[in-house]
Amino acid sequence: MLSPEERHEIEEELERYPTKRAVSIDALRIVQRRRGWVSDEALRDVAELLEVSVDEMDSVATFYNLIFRKPVGRHVIMVCDSVSCWIMGYDRIREHLTKRLGIQLGETTPDGRFTLLPIVCLGTCDHAPAMMVDQHLHRDLSPEKIDGILAEYP
Amino acid sequence: MEKVLTRYIQPDGVPLDARAYEQAGGYQSVPKALKMAPKEVTEIVKQSNLRGRGGAGFPTGMKWTFVPTGPNAPHPKYLCANADEMEPGTFKDRLLLESAPHQLIEGMIVAAYAIEADVAYIFVRGEYVLAIERLQKAVAEAYNAGYLGQNILGSGFSLQMYVHASGGRYMCGEETGLLNALEGKRANPRTKPPFPQVSGLFGKPTIVQNVETLSNLPHILNHGPEWFKGLSKSEDAGTKLYGVSGKVKRPGLWELPMGTTIRELLEEHAGGMQEGLAFRGVLPGGASTDFLTAQHLDVKMDFGGVQKAGSRLGTGTMIVLDDRTCPVGMVRNLEHFFAQESCGWCTPCWSGLSWAEQILTSIEEGRGRPEDLEELEFICKFCAPGNTFCALAPGAVEPLQSALKYFREDFERHILAQHCPWRTH
Ligand SMILES: Cc1cc2nc3c(=O)[nH]c(=O)nc-3n(C[C@H](O)[C@H](O)[C@H](O)COP(=O)(O)O)c2cc1C
Ligand code: SF4
Ligand code: FES
Repeated sequence: MLSPEERHEIEEELERYPTKRAVSIDALRIVQRRRGWVSDEALRDVAELLEVSVDEMDSVATFYNLIFRKPVGRHVIMVCDSVSCWIMGYDRIREHLTKRLGIQLGETTPDGRFTLLPIVCLGTCDHAPAMMVDQHLHRDLSPEKIDGILAEYP
Repeated sequence: MEKVLTRYIQPDGVPLDARAYEQAGGYQSVPKALKMAPKEVTEIVKQSNLRGRGGAGFPTGMKWTFVPTGPNAPHPKYLCANADEMEPGTFKDRLLLESAPHQLIEGMIVAAYAIEADVAYIFVRGEYVLAIERLQKAVAEAYNAGYLGQNILGSGFSLQMYVHASGGRYMCGEETGLLNALEGKRANPRTKPPFPQVSGLFGKPTIVQNVETLSNLPHILNHGPEWFKGLSKSEDAGTKLYGVSGKVKRPGLWELPMGTTIRELLEEHAGGMQEGLAFRGVLPGGASTDFLTAQHLDVKMDFGGVQKAGSRLGTGTMIVLDDRTCPVGMVRNLEHFFAQESCGWCTPCWSGLSWAEQILTSIEEGRGRPEDLEELEFICKFCAPGNTFCALAPGAVEPLQSALKYFREDFERHILAQHCPWRTH
């Protein structure tokens, strides 16, 4: 079941587009913002509200990188693996993160605190290497800096 | 140099609110444009020689003339600001979005008026959290100030504007992929014709324009086409946001006259290479442009200049390759991106690019075979313009084909030694 707040936010989006279907991505993001990810049940509810078939909604949901169809940790780390960050030391950053967290890219720590994902260029290449944690951008990374950053996300 | 795109940007990057923006001279082009006929606005933009800053460089005013206008034109018509900025190595629109959102909105009002659009969307990548926040605030302020909504400044022209945060995929930046994404579909490209100018978003006439392109419009309206042409050092008009990333002393982003040379950007603005490193090459305009090398340092960074040198101005944000970075590894990183972002629609793209990535990986890991280089060259031809549905694949092979040309010995050394010479272990 979609919560009244979720429903309300989605309905606001509906006023901005001429078709219901157009709101699919906004609606999935609204649900994800509150729940962390988009479960099968949530996907079905959104599809029903927007009068789109569940299969179609899933094919849209799985196409987009920022929509998570699997549960994620309390915090999501997205580390840039594109070219400028690679030149500026992405490999060291990735190695440090995987070692500190004890997980590989695509995994979640056993305590459910962090999910570690690769992301394409974050558009801050003059401050590479870069990563995002949840909604925050962290730039000019070094292994030493990363430890301090992780501590900000309990 | 006269600041144009960056003139409203404060040292701390916090954008001016609508009031402060007006006091600094903002929004003056709106009443100015609204007093003209839409066709006159288009004519001014045509005369200014403004060309698209999103990568392809199409003349902006000319694009608008393809939109049906007048009493019999279909409505609603749409204007989309392309703020997807996912091309690796590109970080210019972020600045305009975060630090000068009203300038973009003002430019969008001008463009929308010229094509008689009813609705405008700002399509911004979802990772640009701060930009989204600031855009939403600025759009709300523009409504309150009467620059958006019904009957703008009593002119009879009405425009609705919305911010759409993308779900994230490189193909969303391709003009027709963007339209599909806005319709709530997968961002696959569409067949052309029909062109979006005639049948675009929700089947209605639509213009998609890059953020930097749109941000120039208020200034062109205020000061005129001749002034705009006079800003540049070359045939292409205006200023340009140029960026440099990689191992230079001061990576960064600067607004400079169009036609500034690569050398000036690298040496004066970026401060030259980091201590102990030598310059080997540069992707002049983002990940999907051909490498240029030391022989090209005096090339002017404008559309014609870079093209003559065998590459593209693209987004004008360059990525520098130094002598301690492996060119094969760099190209492998690029092809990994393109293979991952291929939408899978056409065979040369989805099979060719992942095949290229595999070959490059095996060369990097010391398993390269002599015939690999020919196979890579074949893939470049396989993905050439005309063989694929959109420009992703032809762009993807630009850095590869030029790396094979300029850094061939490095590829051969990998294969001969069965080892990457840049790896110490
Ligand atoms: C795969 C792909 C991705 C693109 N991404 C962007 C982008 O993020 N931003 C952009 O402005 N143009 C992008 N473009 C170019 C657009 O298709 C289009 O040409 C541009 O938005 C037109 O605006 P302009 O004429 O103002 O440059 C992309 C093109 C391709 C093929
Ligand atoms: S070239 Fe690639 S991205 Fe473009 S339509 Fe074909 S498969 Fe999709
Ligand atoms: S390549 Fe990492 S931010 Fe651009």
